Amino acid sequence: MLRIKGLTKRYRTGDLALKGIDIDVPDGQVMALIGPSGAGKSTVIRCINRLVEPTAGTITLNDTEIVGLRSGDLRRMRRRMGMIFQEYALVERLSVMENVLSGRLGYVGFWQSWARKFPQSDIDEAFRLLARVGLDHMADKRADELSGGQRQRVGICRALIQNPELLLVDEPTASLDPKTSRQIMRLIKELCAERKLAAIINIHDVMLAQMFAERIVGLKLGEIVYDGPPDKLTPAVLTQIYGEEDWASTIRKADDDAEPVDEAAPALPSIERDRLAGLT
Amino acid sequence: MSGTAVIVKKVWQRRDRKTQFAVWAAWLFGTAVFVYCFQLISERTIWAFVLDAPAQAGDLGARMVPPAWSYIHYLWRPIWDTLNIATLGTIISIVIAVPIAYCAARNTTPSVAFVRPVALFIIVASRSINSLIWALMLVTIVGPGVFAGIIAIGLRSIGFVAKLLYEAIEEIDESQVEAVRSTGATPAQTTVYGIVPQVMPAFAGISVFRWDINIRESTVLGLVGAGGIGLELNAAITQLYWTQVSLMLLVIIATVILSEWVSAKVRHAII
Amino acid sequence: MSLALNHRRWKKPPAIKRAWLRWTLILGAAIYLSLALGTTHVNWARVWEGLPRGAQFITAFFPPNFSGRWSEIVEGISESLWMTVVATVVGIALSIPVGIGAARNISPAPVYYFCRSVLAVSRSFQEIILAIFFVKLFGFGPFAGFVTLTFATIGFYGKLLAEDIEDMDASQAEAVRATGAGWLQWLNFGVQPQVMPRMIGLGLYRLDINFRESAVIGIVGGGGIGATLDTSFNRYEFDSAAAIILVIIAIVMLTEYSSGYLRRWVQ
Repeated sequence: MLRIKGLTKRYRTGDLALKGIDIDVPDGQVMALIGPSGAGKSTVIRCINRLVEPTAGTITLNDTEIVGLRSGDLRRMRRRMGMIFQEYALVERLSVMENVLSGRLGYVGFWQSWARKFPQSDIDEAFRLLARVGLDHMADKRADELSGGQRQRVGICRALIQNPELLLVDEPTASLDPKTSRQIMRLIKELCAERKLAAIINIHDVMLAQMFAERIVGLKLGEIVYDGPPDKLTPAVLTQIYGEEDWASTIRKADDDAEPVDEAAPALPSIERDRLAGLT
Repeated sequence: MSGTAVIVKKVWQRRDRKTQFAVWAAWLFGTAVFVYCFQLISERTIWAFVLDAPAQAGDLGARMVPPAWSYIHYLWRPIWDTLNIATLGTIISIVIAVPIAYCAARNTTPSVAFVRPVALFIIVASRSINSLIWALMLVTIVGPGVFAGIIAIGLRSIGFVAKLLYEAIEEIDESQVEAVRSTGATPAQTTVYGIVPQVMPAFAGISVFRWDINIRESTVLGLVGAGGIGLELNAAITQLYWTQVSLMLLVIIATVILSEWVSAKVRHAII
Repeated sequence: MSLALNHRRWKKPPAIKRAWLRWTLILGAAIYLSLALGTTHVNWARVWEGLPRGAQFITAFFPPNFSGRWSEIVEGISESLWMTVVATVVGIALSIPVGIGAARNISPAPVYYFCRSVLAVSRSFQEIILAIFFVKLFGFGPFAGFVTLTFATIGFYGKLLAEDIEDMDASQAEAVRATGAGWLQWLNFGVQPQVMPRMIGLGLYRLDINFRESAVIGIVGGGGIGATLDTSFNRYEFDSAAAIILVIIAIVMLTEYSSGYLRRWVQ
């Protein structure tokens, strides 16, 4: 299980993003972290795998202390935690298969990964995961040819192939339409149940959080203001987290009229004309 | 319009008074500098020659036609040399420029305080000096010939390739790199999986583009003795074989257009 | 999980899918490289002989000898600077009509083809080749250099201006035309604001390039620092050469930084 104690983060700009957070996440629990932008949700999960360096506090995953680990140990720690990103964060110019296999980078040596010679067991597992999310026929497509929902599935496979003990999920539905959002959340929930995997899911959509999480933690300005089951999330609590608003409709029905985010065409890196011209 | 009441007319001006004054001052200063510079040039100019130029041009033009087509057989070898200078020079520069770009990019450099300034200085030094000057230098050091040309092109191109490449590296999407890092990859693996795929198209485009420029530049390196078709051109000009000169100019144009076409095609295929 | 899936192999698919094309390219590149390296004659004895001279050249930078040819350096550099300034201004002034004429979307066909061919000629030749001919026509000295740089500037700036006008937002220009503006008014209000910011930046870039080029056209007699540099190399006066090169680098850095600063200030 994951145990966070007194987690504090002060950014170099002086902003105090987290003010001594305590959270325990038992094995197999899917926990949603909600809160307005700037509440520190993203900082929490980035501190857990130390993409962001915590200022104070302790984080232990199954009795290993994460804060203070040195580079080699930190990398071994990171491979025990899978992360799923907002905007997918797939390496767009690599194929689906390469993206999934990149989840095994912590286990193979440099030259092996350079030559794309992963062990057959990894490749079997990659195909199995891709089949599980319904993408095995797309293994050799380039990641930027996929739709948003498909990309996020690949992102999930990349996290799961690490064979993690904990899943860190950062706004998985931020750029997806409502239907795909539900499918992705359902998939994450199912996969966590299959593997008895704990997950921390940052999410701004309260509705989705209530539908798919077993526990909800509300964060406001770097402090926990709610920690409990989804059905105790009353309008009063939401007002405390987000501020005054008519919450009744949010709690009762899905806001399906949310605008679907259009799939932005992949912006290919192009060489800027002036720069080249200016240098001739 | 003559109103009896006092009507405060709103005056519209494009700029406020202070800005307007600054703009005028800038124009005045610019014009003064321009006139001053032109005067100095004019002092060193023999205007009789300049006035005579159209007649001279006509005369020269007449002597250049028709091009000495039969001389083309002597040019195949210099053309081949020119191509090699450009290609081999480009390859050398790429090999050297990649690590320099890696050290110069803010997000990949091993040290912002020490390594980065050195890399940036190498880039500036290489770019400030024209390939012809590099050639001049190398001809006196390693002797005239193709080798000096290759090295000159290589040294000049390092700065160009490295500058564009490091800017491309700085513009990558960090979240993709972060995602690879979060899997527990080593820094080397993070580079290969997170950064290299993102800059690859830019890198290929830059290389081909520089090759195209290098073809152009290597046509003239011979003027200072660094091999290629410029050597023949220089000889023909000093010996006043104008019909050969015009043939070579045509050959140079053809080579340049061809290389531009090839580079445009290749870049199009990559992107 | 089916058995067939159990041991599905995976290899990174090659970048070029068609096998014959891939192999032709690889083979072609190998053949070219071996031919190129095989036919490039390098006089290694001469290169070996030159190495101490190279070392001498490098040590000449510590410290460079500014005083030996100081007056010539000042003379040459200032000539280079005059040529740069005058050629950039005149070149840009001339390239505006040429560039407008070479924009397909606002010029009639005959004008378009004429202007495009002017640009093509100017861009095809290296500055140094142009300089050789202009020196023949106008005599030695900075005037030939000025004409060379002006001509080269027209090719560079005119082409980019034309492309920029072709890429502009047609609806904005159309809106200005709809007000009943005359042709020049239309250029001033509909076209100019769209292309101006980028073109100011490019003008400053060109100033940079012109200075760098002005350093070499002296080699063929076009005025500027190039002649001094050529002489010092020919006489193996590496310490003066090093001084000149450092001055060039310093000025290029200065113009690059100040033009970057100016560009930010203008925009």
